[in-house]
Amino acid sequence: MRPDTAGARQDARSPRTAKISCSNLWKIYGDSPDRYFASGLGAASAQERVDAALEDGAIIACGDVAFEVPEAAIFVVMGLSGSGKSTVLRCLSRLVEPTFGEVLLDGENLLDATPRRMIEIRRHKMGMVFQSFGLLPHLTVIDNVAFPLRAQGMSRSKRLRRAAEMVELVGLDGREEAYPHELSGGQQQRVGIARSLAVEPEVWFLDEPFSALDPLIRTQMQDEFLRLQKQLNKTIVFVTHDILEALRLADVICIMKDGLVVQIGSPPDIVLRPSDDYVREFTGDVPLAKVLCVDAVMDKPCLTGTKHPVVGTDMLLEGAMQLFDDRTEAIDVANESGEIVGSLTPVQIIRALYREGEDRH
Amino acid sequence: MRNMALANAVATVRRDVRSALPWLLVILISGLVMMFGREIEWLFDPPAKYLPPISATVEAVMSWIADNFNWLMRPMSQLVEVPMSGLRAALDWLPWTTVTLIVVFVAWQGGGRTTALTALFGLIYVTVVGYWEEGINTLTLVLVCIPIAVGLGFVIGLLGFRFRSLRPFLNTLLDLMQTVPAFAYLIPILLLFGFGPAVGLIASVIFSTPPMVRNTLLGLRLVPTEVRESGTMSGCTPRQRFWWIEVPSALPQLLIGVNQTTMAALSMVVIAAIIGGFDDIGWEVLTRLRKAQFGQSIFAGMAIVCLAIILDRITRAYAMRQLPMASHVGLSLGKFAAGLLAILCFTLGLAWMFPEPLWNWPEAWVFYPAEAINSAVDRFVAANGLLIEAIKNQFVFIVLLPIKIGLFRAVAPFTWGFSLTATSIALLWTVVAVASMVALGYGRWRLAALFPVAFGLLFFGFTGLAWPVVMLVFGLFAFQLGGPRVGLFVTSSLLFLLLSGIWQPAMISVYLCTVAVIFCLLVGGLIGILASTSDTMSSIIRPINDTLQTLPQFVLLIPALMLFRVGDFTAMIAIVAYAIVPMIRYTEQGLRQVSRTAIEAGISSGCTPFQLFWQIRFKLAMPQILIGVNQTILFGLNMLVIAALVGTTGLGQQIYLALSKADSGAGIVAGLGMALIAMSADRILQAYLRRTD
Repeated sequence: MRPDTAGARQDARSPRTAKISCSNLWKIYGDSPDRYFASGLGAASAQERVDAALEDGAIIACGDVAFEVPEAAIFVVMGLSGSGKSTVLRCLSRLVEPTFGEVLLDGENLLDATPRRMIEIRRHKMGMVFQSFGLLPHLTVIDNVAFPLRAQGMSRSKRLRRAAEMVELVGLDGREEAYPHELSGGQQQRVGIARSLAVEPEVWFLDEPFSALDPLIRTQMQDEFLRLQKQLNKTIVFVTHDILEALRLADVICIMKDGLVVQIGSPPDIVLRPSDDYVREFTGDVPLAKVLCVDAVMDKPCLTGTKHPVVGTDMLLEGAMQLFDDRTEAIDVANESGEIVGSLTPVQIIRALYREGEDRH
Repeated sequence: MRNMALANAVATVRRDVRSALPWLLVILISGLVMMFGREIEWLFDPPAKYLPPISATVEAVMSWIADNFNWLMRPMSQLVEVPMSGLRAALDWLPWTTVTLIVVFVAWQGGGRTTALTALFGLIYVTVVGYWEEGINTLTLVLVCIPIAVGLGFVIGLLGFRFRSLRPFLNTLLDLMQTVPAFAYLIPILLLFGFGPAVGLIASVIFSTPPMVRNTLLGLRLVPTEVRESGTMSGCTPRQRFWWIEVPSALPQLLIGVNQTTMAALSMVVIAAIIGGFDDIGWEVLTRLRKAQFGQSIFAGMAIVCLAIILDRITRAYAMRQLPMASHVGLSLGKFAAGLLAILCFTLGLAWMFPEPLWNWPEAWVFYPAEAINSAVDRFVAANGLLIEAIKNQFVFIVLLPIKIGLFRAVAPFTWGFSLTATSIALLWTVVAVASMVALGYGRWRLAALFPVAFGLLFFGFTGLAWPVVMLVFGLFAFQLGGPRVGLFVTSSLLFLLLSGIWQPAMISVYLCTVAVIFCLLVGGLIGILASTSDTMSSIIRPINDTLQTLPQFVLLIPALMLFRVGDFTAMIAIVAYAIVPMIRYTEQGLRQVSRTAIEAGISSGCTPFQLFWQIRFKLAMPQILIGVNQTILFGLNMLVIAALVGTTGLGQQIYLALSKADSGAGIVAGLGMALIAMSADRILQAYLRRTD
């Protein structure tokens, strides 16, 4: 179904050089927050530092965050409003100046970069999509898309040609001369996406890009997003507050609460093995059959010789369930090369769907 | 649980007592002072010999600056005079048809047909009544003032935006620039720069820069964070981000600033005419008014109105054009420039062939029936004089006089037809005391304090109260409402009025302004309520409001003076005409903005229409209405100075006198006094607004 993301998922499991990563990342709002790091990280544990800051009435927007995003993976940061997810994203691009920590892009520490260097990096390596689009009201669609190229100093004819390609890529051809206010929300976000891709960035940041859209449009845009990613293979950090969106798009999900990371894991990890009650509550209402793939719940292959229906590892449980009938006792799961890697019985499915799967491991 | 409730009740009572006790004390002290101190002169009008020589010191400092910085200031004034006289000569030389058509074309480019027609008819009026030259002179001053004020305002606003720590200082400065009456700083400017049109220009720049600063700050602050971030993420350098993202995003707001700056500049240019020397329309109105030639002053006033409306509509049209939904786009820049050039050549050629009437409007064709109007006014006043006089007198005797000098002195056989006897005075105070006791009995201590204070004010009048009483009452009021800072500000402002020897004129100003503001609140509030309930009413009121607000304040004096002659009543009418507008506007706006949901909630809770209005719509609209009250007070004080031209006493007159004597000390002190009164009122209202939030 989604061989590309499934592939990436496997890669995520077997670690590979990270495109962008951060460690010990802190952003504290309060009176001179630097003092918590006066002597570097020191011996104080993260929790002690959090306690000290909270005691002073400071706000921890992002505390001791660390993660790695492998090349071409979709990394989703998810949390409720105020959980610090947008701050983390902005610390990665230094839209928000972190209080302490390290952000590595291709091995270069961004927090050491000069302002000039940061501008260079943003001009060539980063693209960002905003929740309320962030379009410039006084520019037309094509000029909005061409704007980052203009900042680079590209000639008008060249940048318009490039922008036209981007506009076509997001399916807005014909609306080049329209102004943002003449477009629907979905169309405006397409412009935002086209703009963020105009410089052919290597890292693509998306800050709740679909939250301001109607549910139907949202699903449509998610499909579009996956289609684009299949074509472009960017390294993506995607922020959302919608668990379904996260499960649908992510290779890896990072769940945040009150500025701290609660759990990082693949979508099946998150739903099947929540690290605490907070995550469990989040995933409680998720229709598991629609997010779990067969490889997340299958058991060792049962090589009894009986002929079973065979499905791919990335088939959703929902689809697999429909293959059972009166005479089928199990389904075999095959990997891409056709080798049988596991099998699935109705009992396993029922266990997984009713959360008994947690006990198995 | 019951203990908690009891403890709460006790705490409330204790808090009430703590707030109420000072009032009891103040009322007692005031009573004693007013009873036994009436013969002590320094309690009412402290003689100058006891006071520090504030205004003399200011005067000395000013003349020292003038003497020592002459070498710097005079060349500066000559510097600004060069472009001014150049522009004036050019506009004067051009045929009136050329100027008119260019303005009309610019108007069309901005706002389409309606704006163009407005400009056309306005300028034709100015030509036909023969005020072309004066109009051009006024316009020149405004046109030179606008770029300076806009540029200055933009830069200051930008600095305020970049350096947050500057903002408190900046806000105070802007408050001062807008509340110190212009007349007051005309004098020091005169001293520094010498007589000449540069003075009017500089005064106009001072007065018209603040709106640009405020709008620049606002516009830049309102740029959405995400838009700014999208610029950063596009790899903009800070400079690129500023010019390509922030300025264009703030442009609609900036252009609103340009509109307000333009209107302020025109208003000030007209006022600055009082120093004379530039032969503009303001000067024409002023001299005609002084000679009581109403016909002439109406024609000249109308010319100002035309200019005001044209400038307003054009600048506003350009601001509107920046909004995303703008319907009128106009020509591209190249075509527009070509059009301008074509008009210039075409009209110049045509006017060269037919100099009369296309280059100069022939003297013989001027339509100027001023005398006819004069005699019509005379006839009207002669026919209705008794009625007008009666209305005026009744109002003065019953409303104005008691508040000014108190019932105590105002009630006389000549005015009220009887005088107060000792018994009736005692009776009145007994009634007040009983009312106060009853209020106290119901636990309404604020009401209980209000009765004696309000009646005391009415009984002795603003000018009849001893200064310690005024300071105690207002100081305590401000303190309880806004805390120590507001209390201190109000008290020290009053102290300044006292020490600089302008206590009595200041109280007269306060009285006149209070009456005018109360009148505005009642009438304006009522009109606002009506306008909020009826669309017809609203559409009738709006253009009237627009016109009243665009009119330079000066012009409002003409009709008032025509009917009622010189005096407090005339001044009050003029103040009301100017200051009532914000009250009407904000009341209507506030009431209309009350959300549908809140009203539906009220209806479904079973409110009667009466309850629905007072308990839901009015309550929710209150913050907006209070902003209107605030604006009304500021407008009222502003107009007060202008109204001094028609012979009120008070601070306005002091400033005016100082101006005619070129006494910079007295003028500055009186102007500052005026500003302090305005700012005190503003602080108190702001404090109240904060409390109701």
